[in-house]
Amino acid sequence: MNAFDYAPAPESRSIVDLRPSYGLFINGEFVDPADGAGLKSVNPASEEVLADVAEAGPADVDRAVTAARAAYETVWGPMPGTQRAKYLFRIARIIQERSRELAVLESLDNGKPIRESRDVDLPLTAAHFFYYAGWADKLPHAGFGPHPQPLGVAGQVIPWNFPLLMLAWKIAPALACGNTVVLKPAETTPLSALLFAEICQQADLPPGVVNIITGAGQTGAALVNHTGVDKIAFTGSTDVGKQIARAVAGTGKKLTLELGGKAANIVFDDAPIDQAVEGIVNGIFFNQGHVCCAGSRLLVQESIHDQLLESLKRRMALLRVGDPLDKNTDIGAINSATQLDRIRALTQIGGEEGAHPWSPPCELPERGFWFAPTIFTGVSQAHRIAREEIFGPVLSVLTFRTPAEAVEKANNTPYGLSAGIWTEKGSRILSIADKLRAGVVWANTFNTFDPASPFGGYKESGYGREGGRHGLEAYLDV
Amino acid sequence: MSERLAVRKTYKLFIGGRFPRSESGRSYLVENTNVALASRKDVRDAVVAARSAVKGWSGATAYNRGQILYRAAEMLEGRRDQFIGLGLPAAEVDVATDRWVWYAGWADKIAQVYGGANPVAGPYFNLSAPEPTGVVGVVAPGESPLLGLVSVIAPAIVSGNTVVVLAAEPAPLPAVTLAEVLATSDLPGGVVNILTGRAAETAPWLASHLDVNALDLTGVADQALAVSLEQAAAGNLKRVVRPPAAPIDWTADPGPSRITAFLETKTVWHPKGV
Amino acid sequence: MTATTTSSLAEVGRSAATLRTFLHGLPGVDHVGAEQRAALLGTRSIKTGAKAWAIDLAIRMVDLTTLEGADTPGKVRALGAKARRPEPSDPSCPPVAAVCVYPSMVPAAVEALAGSGVRVASVATAFPSGQVPLEVKLADTRAAVAAGADEIDMVISRGAFLSGRYVEVFEEIVAVRQACGAAHLKVILETGELGTYDNVRRASWLAMLAGADFIKTSTGKVPVAATLPVTLIMLEAVRDFRAVTGRLIGVKPAGGIRTTKDAIRYLVLVNETAGPAWLDPDRFRFGASSLLNDLLMQRGKLATGVYSGPDYVSLD
Repeated sequence: MNAFDYAPAPESRSIVDLRPSYGLFINGEFVDPADGAGLKSVNPASEEVLADVAEAGPADVDRAVTAARAAYETVWGPMPGTQRAKYLFRIARIIQERSRELAVLESLDNGKPIRESRDVDLPLTAAHFFYYAGWADKLPHAGFGPHPQPLGVAGQVIPWNFPLLMLAWKIAPALACGNTVVLKPAETTPLSALLFAEICQQADLPPGVVNIITGAGQTGAALVNHTGVDKIAFTGSTDVGKQIARAVAGTGKKLTLELGGKAANIVFDDAPIDQAVEGIVNGIFFNQGHVCCAGSRLLVQESIHDQLLESLKRRMALLRVGDPLDKNTDIGAINSATQLDRIRALTQIGGEEGAHPWSPPCELPERGFWFAPTIFTGVSQAHRIAREEIFGPVLSVLTFRTPAEAVEKANNTPYGLSAGIWTEKGSRILSIADKLRAGVVWANTFNTFDPASPFGGYKESGYGREGGRHGLEAYLDV
Repeated sequence: MSERLAVRKTYKLFIGGRFPRSESGRSYLVENTNVALASRKDVRDAVVAARSAVKGWSGATAYNRGQILYRAAEMLEGRRDQFIGLGLPAAEVDVATDRWVWYAGWADKIAQVYGGANPVAGPYFNLSAPEPTGVVGVVAPGESPLLGLVSVIAPAIVSGNTVVVLAAEPAPLPAVTLAEVLATSDLPGGVVNILTGRAAETAPWLASHLDVNALDLTGVADQALAVSLEQAAAGNLKRVVRPPAAPIDWTADPGPSRITAFLETKTVWHPKGV
Repeated sequence: MTATTTSSLAEVGRSAATLRTFLHGLPGVDHVGAEQRAALLGTRSIKTGAKAWAIDLAIRMVDLTTLEGADTPGKVRALGAKARRPEPSDPSCPPVAAVCVYPSMVPAAVEALAGSGVRVASVATAFPSGQVPLEVKLADTRAAVAAGADEIDMVISRGAFLSGRYVEVFEEIVAVRQACGAAHLKVILETGELGTYDNVRRASWLAMLAGADFIKTSTGKVPVAATLPVTLIMLEAVRDFRAVTGRLIGVKPAGGIRTTKDAIRYLVLVNETAGPAWLDPDRFRFGASSLLNDLLMQRGKLATGVYSGPDYVSLD
């Protein structure tokens, strides 16, 4: 051996005790769906079926909403904030204690590398519950008036890219503010939410405060349209977000949406190049690019284009694609066959439109859903791969000559979730950050998250903020 | 010698700081006065004017916006008798003027109340600041025609948004008169655009317009229209302020919620290193 | 870095202005980003066969060091024996790269290592402070080389560097380089005193431009010795220097590397920063003393399946 070939370093999956099938978590217990419908949750890295999961129909949704309403009116709504806070602290602690188990399950069900579920998803999930636990008994001091009131029952629909973290972003602030919830995880990644349901039992959370109903789009629609729901929170695609906004019109339900993005990651010629390359890689290849705030458009100043691309390609050649449970894997599996089809379709269009694809040599496993990290050079603003969210490990590289051109191109999109700036010049950072129409601007960093930091989009990337004091507003009657 | 014949005023639209007639050439009668009946093309022109004013207005310093709005309040006070002459109660005109002053002062304070530093668990500087959302379409309320109008325009523009206002159909004269006040203040053209006419005709164009960022439906009394406008607004995910569930007491302290309804929060991260 | 040709690089050291312009024209280093990259590479999990390979490579990269006032020829001879056969009971265990001593100990080291292939390295130039006139530094160097040192570890004048007298540092390295003759020159940047990663990058380039064969982090005599981020910056520098000049300069972290886990983290850093060409004792060294025994204990654990203890490896 003359090269440093890292031997397989798989995390043991024995820590996860999966049941063959799961019911719906309604009113504190697992119940069978009324019509017995179900779906299968698949490991995207192997296509192995992990478990059978119930599919909630309208009657089940109604049951869940009724349970949430009763819990809201009799237990959770009247409960003093100090008590609610302690339940949330308890949940946060259990998540910390069981984080290895949750991380392995998340990687199994989602396909993301264990390094990320272990070092990013799980710590942030626990931190989110800790953060909002502390707000539960301080709401009168949060700047929303002396007696801020909860909304009632929150219907929450979350995506498959960060199953547990998105659950935390939804449930923690809702409960802290005194609401009860009915949450629907994504159809391809329901398992960690079901384990979370067990954690709610373990924490002795009163029945009905958290209800988890699994299912696909129809289940989500039934939840959104249920008249007993006071608040809808959705994270997912902009198309579905628009449907929900239309459906909610006239109902008076409060709505917050965290949708798609097509973030520009702007690299100036005076950037700290090595860190910029890391930021580009982290921006687009983190979580296989299944990230709404991914830096999917690299805007690089023309004067350093060739040099930066060379560095980027060298770095990309080091990315280790494969078994999500291997501790050295950098890029795991694409979450589903459907998503893989979409990535393939858009990248094919990219080639047809005249952009040049490049991927490092990398061997993809035979089974499962995989896509090699890819960059397209020679992309122009008019190309579909520069305008549409691919939601995969695919980067479109564009160039600019002046700061004004960079800003113009960065903002030339219906989206506005995030953006990146790389330059060593402080005043330029502030000026560009000011002009970017995006809810999160990362300067000399990318894809950093924190429960205390508000997150959310401008324009068609949605409305409302999650995280921080701002995140309370979505769950209070203000 | 005969009595002097008064010069009658024509009430036109207010777009981009000018007073054009409606592109449609149509008008309607209010108190024996012809008032322009705005068309969909007037909506289009007003949105263009509002959009072109966003950069300058939102880019002005908060202090400068406050100064300009305060100056507009001075103009408003100066036209007190004119508004009373339109039949408005003196008390409403006074409260409207005071309300404008109140909002003017928010220009350089809202970011401090609504933004802040976030204590993240890492070596980062992390700040959240509110920013204007852009172009706001407003359907103005019919009751308290001046106070209601001021109460929906001022909070939207104080943070740097620009507005296209559909004036209340039965009470357009205070709206056009307010436009004259604004035209003689230092407010840049296009920051406030006021269209008179039938909201039921023009509002759908505003609600569906892809270059409008937010919609204030406070003045929409027709429930069915409100629903269809909110649905249309979903086309580009406009931020929507729905019609009030109960009548609003416009004289009460409004709080900052009408300002924050049209704000985005931008969070900026930067590493702390040497 | 900006497009610089080899020929223009040769001009860089000509004047204070060109040298300063060049060094300050290098891309900046974002402190937090660099540390995150190093930390991320530190999470690589190296197991089984890869670990065994890495341990043997790490042993071959050790500059077994003793730099104490109390050093004696006897101590150095013992170290020499350990360097030749770190694991006397196991002939498959490779020797270390070099033994690193003070100039006065070079003769003892030469004698102890004769015919072994293990090099003799000597610190010189008034190690560790470097605070003597240039003539004394050169005499120190020449003496060590004359006594048989294969490698010279010199210290730069941090005072001159920090006050911006880059040419002074540059010319000093050039002079020591000449005094080394055929011996390899390792230039110690003493990164713990440089204050910023930007300075580490500049000092790395300065040393390479002046003719260093190796750039080395530390003397081991100041509170902050080698760290992963500092080594990352230096590995980036040698990588970029090679891209421009074609020359491969070695890197030597020294001080504070005590465990096998540490050493493997460094090797991962090497592998994924400068590249596999640096996974060679000619291009990468560990300046360490206690590291070797931990490597030997871990090596034993891999071979036998049971954990070893300090009594089962030799003290020296």
